[in-house]
Parts: sequence; structure tokens; C-alpha cells
Amino acid sequence: MTLSDDILLSRPVESAELRRATPRWRLAGYAAMILAVLVVGLPVYWTLIAAFKESREIYSIPPSWLPLRPTFANFAAAWEAAPFGRYYLNSFITTFFGVAAEVTLAVLSAYALAFLRFPRKDLVFLLLLAALMVPVEITIVPNYLTIARLGWINSYAGIIVPGAAIAYGTFLLRQAFLVLPYEVIEAARVDGAGHMRTLLSVVIPIAQPALVTMGLLSLVAKWNDFLWPLIVTNTSDMRTLPIGIYWLRNSEGVINWGVVMAGSLFLIIPVMIVFLWVQRYIVDGIAAGAVKG
Amino acid sequence: MASIPQRAGSVTQRERREWLLFALLLAPNLLLFGVFTYWPLLYNAYLSVVRWDFLRPTKPFVGLANYASVFTDRQFWAIVLNTATFTVCSVGLTLLLGLALALLINQPLRYRNAARAVLFSPVVMSGAVVAVVWSYIFDPRYGLLDQLLGFVGLNSPDWLNDPRWAMLAVIIVYVWKNLGYAVVIYLAGLQGIPRELYDAARVDGAGPWARLRHVTLPGLSPVAFFLSVTSLLATFQSFDIIKVLTDGGPAGATTTLIFHLYELGFVAYNAGEAGVVAVVLFGIMLVLTLIQLRYLERRVSYG
Repeated sequence: MTLSDDILLSRPVESAELRRATPRWRLAGYAAMILAVLVVGLPVYWTLIAAFKESREIYSIPPSWLPLRPTFANFAAAWEAAPFGRYYLNSFITTFFGVAAEVTLAVLSAYALAFLRFPRKDLVFLLLLAALMVPVEITIVPNYLTIARLGWINSYAGIIVPGAAIAYGTFLLRQAFLVLPYEVIEAARVDGAGHMRTLLSVVIPIAQPALVTMGLLSLVAKWNDFLWPLIVTNTSDMRTLPIGIYWLRNSEGVINWGVVMAGSLFLIIPVMIVFLWVQRYIVDGIAAGAVKG
Repeated sequence: MASIPQRAGSVTQRERREWLLFALLLAPNLLLFGVFTYWPLLYNAYLSVVRWDFLRPTKPFVGLANYASVFTDRQFWAIVLNTATFTVCSVGLTLLLGLALALLINQPLRYRNAARAVLFSPVVMSGAVVAVVWSYIFDPRYGLLDQLLGFVGLNSPDWLNDPRWAMLAVIIVYVWKNLGYAVVIYLAGLQGIPRELYDAARVDGAGPWARLRHVTLPGLSPVAFFLSVTSLLATFQSFDIIKVLTDGGPAGATTTLIFHLYELGFVAYNAGEAGVVAVVLFGIMLVLTLIQLRYLERRVSYG
């Protein structure tokens, strides 16, 4: 069994070196673990309690570590202060179509690159990979002009389309497709399956773990995207959640941290629920990608 | 496609059809990359030699005037320095702290996988919301950090409004958000080091430190390299943290090149100078990529 299999199956594989760890070393390990969890957890806890505190309590010195009189008022106020319902809708739409486009394009490209003949296929692959080298951040001005010319400023298409092409995911899936047993693909073709059927009923089911990881990475990236939606939207009703929370902080800010933290939880909680549910796919998929690549 | 080809001619035909299908399947991806990735590179270069404010119907050619005005601006060099400070400190700290943590956690500890998930969770949060949360934590009167510093008798600096502290604040948030990523990658790398190497080192009488230096660290160098590349890219993407936390301020103290590009383009409406900064950034990426390829080549030939 290869290393990546171990990681994908996620059995805790202990490093050979530390199997004979000393008790002192183990104690240091627990201390490091607890410290790290505290460093990550405390800011989130601080956000959580602020969201349930009355404004008076937030601005008392010293601040309390537990809300004295827990209240949901901040959540109601945050929902009132900004059109969060609309932000959710916009984020859902742009994320759903963004991910669907990326996954579809990655699957089609990876299938062609892995299984079809084409003269100088390596050059085509290189052309795709080279795109990895261009950070989207440096393309913002020309892309804004292109989207403006298409009349897509402040529209879903304007948010989604420029980010729909995908290089990294294509690369990941191509790797996953290439290790599929060739006999299985060949058998399907000999049985008379066309390319579409081979892809849908043979390749995709076998390569499912890689596909799920790729889809989740794409999901996280689209849901959190900030710079591009900030540039390409200009009215409140087209903003996505990350832009929305930025505006809420700017308008409430120092005046009312409780409301802003409640608004932050509107973003953090759904992501955390999804993450805890599928974290194995994300974390292990990322780890496997790094070790293989 | 079901029929088995019998003549050489029909094989060619079948191959032709495969070419066509290949082209069709790749067309959407390549078309989008052409329009939204490769064309902007050319267009940035064009914008860098014209004067334009996004409105005027004409874009007069000005030669290298935009380059001259960007490079002679003293603020630009301060921004370059900011970018270097931010990149080196945040990537360096993430890589070092991540390594220390991964080494300590990489043993059969109870709840280790749960801790790994907790540590990783900021990676999937939006940078904007992380920065919003931290802007409250950095609040010098009511924030969490002031509270914690108070326990040891210190006063909180005015993190986000003091030019001496703002960059540190941005770096802290970056490291907080990305540390879990480094830990996960290092852990995967540690598990990939063959057990035999440790056994051999032990037979040779190597103590724990010698094994760390001569087995563990060299064994981790490929993942450390991978991490440095991906973390470098992540510093590009930390625009959201800077925008929300400090808005590049105070007094430009946290303005990086990416942030400068955004401001030139979408605040100052100076397309020409934005083009210059984009060209500079692309040059930096190109050099980094070439270094990366050189390294990979070496790894292949000596590995």
C-alpha cells in the first residue's frame, strides 16, 4: 500500500521515529497540542461570547468571559443592519455555479488529457499548467474592462465567469485518472461504451475521492472569494457574504462589536458545520496532493 | 466507435475523431484561460505604456513615463519593503512554527486527529471574516489581546492605528489563518519518511538530535519546498486580510504590491501605473517559477 493510500484511508499512521517516544516527549506533544488548539479556539470563543453579550457588557472593563445575560438581540440587529438573506442567496448562486463550472471543465479536460490522442498533447497540458503561475490578483484591471465590455458588471455572470476555468483541479484529476487501471477503461470501450458513457459510468465512480476533494477545495475558494466580487459588484443587493461582512464592520465597527460578531457567525457557522462534516476529505486530500506532487 | 477498424484509413479516421473530441473537451477551459488569464498579461503590458483614467476615449502612448513615475515614487519602494517584510515574516513564521508543531504532534497522542481538524479550520474560513473577528480582538480597549496582555501587566498597543504595530498585526492574522495548513502538510511529509532510515541511523549510533538533523529534516525538504511555494501564493491572496484589517494603513504601513495595484486601479483610476505594478508582479512570479523549476530539476537528477 502506498503512502497516499494510507493518507486517504486516514488511519493514524505513526511515524516510525516516534513510536518509541519517551514520556517527556509525549508530554511536550500534548502541551503543544493544547496550546495550538487554544490559540485557534480563543478568538473563535471570543467572537461567540461577544455575539451573545449585551452592548453594555462588551464595553465594560474588564470584559467578561461568559455573557452575563445571554441575548439573541445582536443576531436580530445584524440581520436588520445588512441584507444577509440576499448575501446568502448571492453567495449560494455564485458558489454553486462557480463550482459546477470548475468541476465540469476539470473533468472534461482531465478526461481528454488522460485518455484521448492529440498531436503535441504535452504542449496543451503545459498551456493549462502555466496558468497556475498567473495569480488572479494581477489580472483584475484587464478583466474588469473585459467584463465591463460584456456588460456584466454587477451581475452573477460577471462574478462567476472569469474564475470558471481551472488548472489545478484539471491537474489533480488528470493524475487521478491516469492511475486508473487501464484494463477497466479498455474493457468498457471494447464493450461498446462511448466516451461519455466511459466517463460517467467507469471513470467518475472510480476517481470519486479525488473528485470530491477537488470539488470541496473549489467550494471553499468560491465561497470565500473577496477581491473579485468586491471589484465587480457595486450595489448592496449583489454583494456576497464576505463583502457583506466587510461593509457591516465598516458601518457598525467600533460602535457595536456585538452586532458585527453576530454577523461574523452567520459566515463562520455554516462553513464550520460543512467543514467538520467533510474535513477528512479536505485535510487528507490536501496532504496527499502535497506528498504526491 | 463500436466497430473495430479494419483498414489503415479507418484508423486515421478514428484518430481524427479523437482529435476533434479532445479539442472540443478542452476548448472551454482554454478559451476562458485565454480571455481571463493570458490576455490580461498582454493587456497589462499595453496599459503600462499608455495614460488612461478608465473614462477617456483615447489612451495616449507615453513610453516608459509610467515606469519612471512608479519607480521614482519613494512610497513605491516603501511598498516593496512592506511586501518583502510581510512575505518573509509570514511565510517564515508559518513554516517554522508549523514544523515545530508538526514534530511535537507527530506521535500517538489521543485526540490528535481532532486537534489537527481544529488547527486546520481557519484555513477554510474567509479571510474577510477572519480579519473582521481579529479587528475586534486587536481593539486596544475591549479586545481579547488587551485582556490577555493585561494578565501579564502589559498594555495593548493600538495595533491597527499605529504604523509601528500594524504590519505585525497583519502577520499575526496571516500566520493564525495558515498555520494549520503547514502542520497538515508537514505531518503528511513526516509519515512519508521510511522507517528504515531511522533504524539505520540508530544502528549508526545517532541520537535524537542527530536523527532530526540528518534524517527528519532532509526527508521533509520536498514538502517544505512545496509549502514555501504555496504559502508564497497565499500571501498574494491575503489581500482580503489587509483590506479588511487595515485598508493598507495606517499611513501606508501595510500596503503591499497587490494592495497597491488594487488602489492604483480602482481607487486612483490610474490604469497606466496599475499596469506597471502588474507587470512588475508578473516578473516576480516568473522569476520565482524559474527558481522552482530549477529546484525540481535538481531534485530529479540527484533524487
